Amino acid sequence: MSSEWPLWEVFIRGQHGLNHRHVGSLHAPDAEMAICNARDVYTRRNEGVSIWVVQSNQITASAPSEKGPLFEPSNSKVYRHPTFFDIPAEVGHM
Amino acid sequence: MYAQMVKAEGAKSREEMTVEERAFQDRIDRGEKIEPKEWMPEGYRKTLIRQIGQHAHSEIVGQLPEGNWITRAPTLERKAILLAKVQDEAGHGLYLYSAAETLGVSRDELLELLHNGKMKYSSIFNYPTLNWADIGTVGWLVDGAAIMNQVQLQKTSYGPYSRAMIRICKEESFHQRQGYDILLKMCLQGTPEQKAMAQDAMNRFWYPALMMFGPSDKDSVHSAQSMQWKIKINTNDELRQKFVDQTVPQAEYLGLTIPDPNLKWNEEKGGYDFSEPDWDEFFDVIAGNGPCNAERMEARVTAWEDGAWFREGLMAHAKKQDARRAAARIAAE
Amino acid sequence: MPSLTDVMTADADLARAPGIRTMAAKGAAPEDAFVDWLCRMGDNCLVLGHRVSEWCGHSPVLEEDIALANTALDLIGQTQLWLGLAGEVEGKGRTADNLAYLRDAAQFRNVLLVERPNGDFGQTLMRQFLFDAWHMEMLRALQASSDKRVAEIAAKAAKEVAYHLERSADLVIRLGDGTEESRTRMQKALNVLWPYTGELFLGDAVDQATAEAGIAPAPASLKAAWDRTVAEVLAEATLVKPEGTFQHKGGKQGRHTEALGFILADMQFLQRAYPGGTW
Repeated sequence: MSSEWPLWEVFIRGQHGLNHRHVGSLHAPDAEMAICNARDVYTRRNEGVSIWVVQSNQITASAPSEKGPLFEPSNSKVYRHPTFFDIPAEVGHM
Repeated sequence: MYAQMVKAEGAKSREEMTVEERAFQDRIDRGEKIEPKEWMPEGYRKTLIRQIGQHAHSEIVGQLPEGNWITRAPTLERKAILLAKVQDEAGHGLYLYSAAETLGVSRDELLELLHNGKMKYSSIFNYPTLNWADIGTVGWLVDGAAIMNQVQLQKTSYGPYSRAMIRICKEESFHQRQGYDILLKMCLQGTPEQKAMAQDAMNRFWYPALMMFGPSDKDSVHSAQSMQWKIKINTNDELRQKFVDQTVPQAEYLGLTIPDPNLKWNEEKGGYDFSEPDWDEFFDVIAGNGPCNAERMEARVTAWEDGAWFREGLMAHAKKQDARRAAARIAAE
Repeated sequence: MPSLTDVMTADADLARAPGIRTMAAKGAAPEDAFVDWLCRMGDNCLVLGHRVSEWCGHSPVLEEDIALANTALDLIGQTQLWLGLAGEVEGKGRTADNLAYLRDAAQFRNVLLVERPNGDFGQTLMRQFLFDAWHMEMLRALQASSDKRVAEIAAKAAKEVAYHLERSADLVIRLGDGTEESRTRMQKALNVLWPYTGELFLGDAVDQATAEAGIAPAPASLKAAWDRTVAEVLAEATLVKPEGTFQHKGGKQGRHTEALGFILADMQFLQRAYPGGTW
């Protein structure tokens, strides 16, 4: 029997109000222990207030080859960014 | 360094590259990070596995010489600091194994390669820690040399490796300081016996620390390819020079003598001239004949083998629990 | 915790508190009892922390190595607090380090359980669980101590120990209910350690004095809750409580097993070999 523990990806909320962020991975036999291990491994310096874990093989990722079609279209929509618009200095902060 | 003597293929010229390889090299040249599952030359993947794996092994074998002194640390505070530091090394090993795992090799496979001698770890950890000043010296010189290497590796081209290095560098910033702090106490406030201990440690660790950067890579084809791929950023000699220049004034402040009669400032190059370490000794240690190779490997293998029942027991429990939950679901439906 | 509402006074008034006065009348020096009791708390943490730290670099898996080091770090931190307070109450200028590094085995006041050898990883975890289950109850009660300093240390330590207990209980359950081999090992660990658990609940004159002063609960008062926790965890782990009733004792009074001498030889080596050094 292979006893290698599955790999888990760890996401930590650093402070209240922030998003969970991927911090790394670890091995654990199940989700509960993955949480405990994440607490011991990834919050040794007070880094977190909340932990998510997900088994690595459960993550569906975009294919690297589709990078163009997935992300190029939004590149052309520059008007979504506030810097697209010139506002006269006289009107003040906007 | 922690990845001394990692063998890679010789660098290819643009003409020798396939279309894919050329596109890959262009990405690296533009400073883009390569991420898992993206196309990469097989040589790049293999070199990275070897380098990151060796780096990871060095972290966990590196726990041993310092761990040696946790139970003998002279104050409660020193005990806590040392334990936290050695624990960090385990964490760094874990981060690095995780980075290697994104390249399609499992941690258990890498450990097996360590245990059967097919993968190496840094030569430095085959030297013994004989007195308490060694703990200071290891932190100051060994971590100092490691940090010098790791700082540049934060810019390495492989994303997961680079991110692991960033995290490690952030955490390691206290390691070198705690080592120097031990020596400050012993050298500036300690008894003559304590100062003698510190000098003894310096005498034993100076050359092994210089060896950590690996032999000169002036003529090494392996280094050339690794540098072209930005798996490696600086040459061994550049890093070694930087290390010596940084360390000499720190040793002077402690009142310690660096055991090298040829050490002297060279105005022209703006750095110190210094003696080469004994490379025969280095190759002996790498070949398994260092003072502690056998003990280090035995400790690792024993920990792994004695722990097999524990890892299997927990896995078996997790599977039972899964099965029970599944059964409960079916019963409920 | 005995109901001694009238001793909930400021620290400086402690010596005048009724409980302490009663004790003084019996001829026991109240502060000595308090110091002794603080050393028991501190030495338990010190010796167990030492034992657990021996695993660093040698655990069965990296994640566990890191987790166990966290437990050891917590215990070393708690040692500094308890022994620091012991030195302060004693009033002879001894620091936590002086107490840890310059007393011999007979002056150590830890229970025998914590000095038992690590054995295999299962035995280490079982020892941790049996101790944590007691430690948690003790710290819970101590948060109502008549001595504010004790209550503060207990409040801080209780948060750490709650996690220790969660982990050790969880691992005992998982390994008990794991493979045939892991179950056998855990049962064996339990059998070996069980005779060292009774001492946790045995009271003596020191305990009586601190209980009467409202500083600490009487040891026996923690037994029911400990029994409950242990019974629940063992049941889930499919482990069987050993039948033997014999219990070792003596650690709290300074009569230790041979193991402690070796621990101290390691731990105190530098301070003993280089007196007057600065570390």
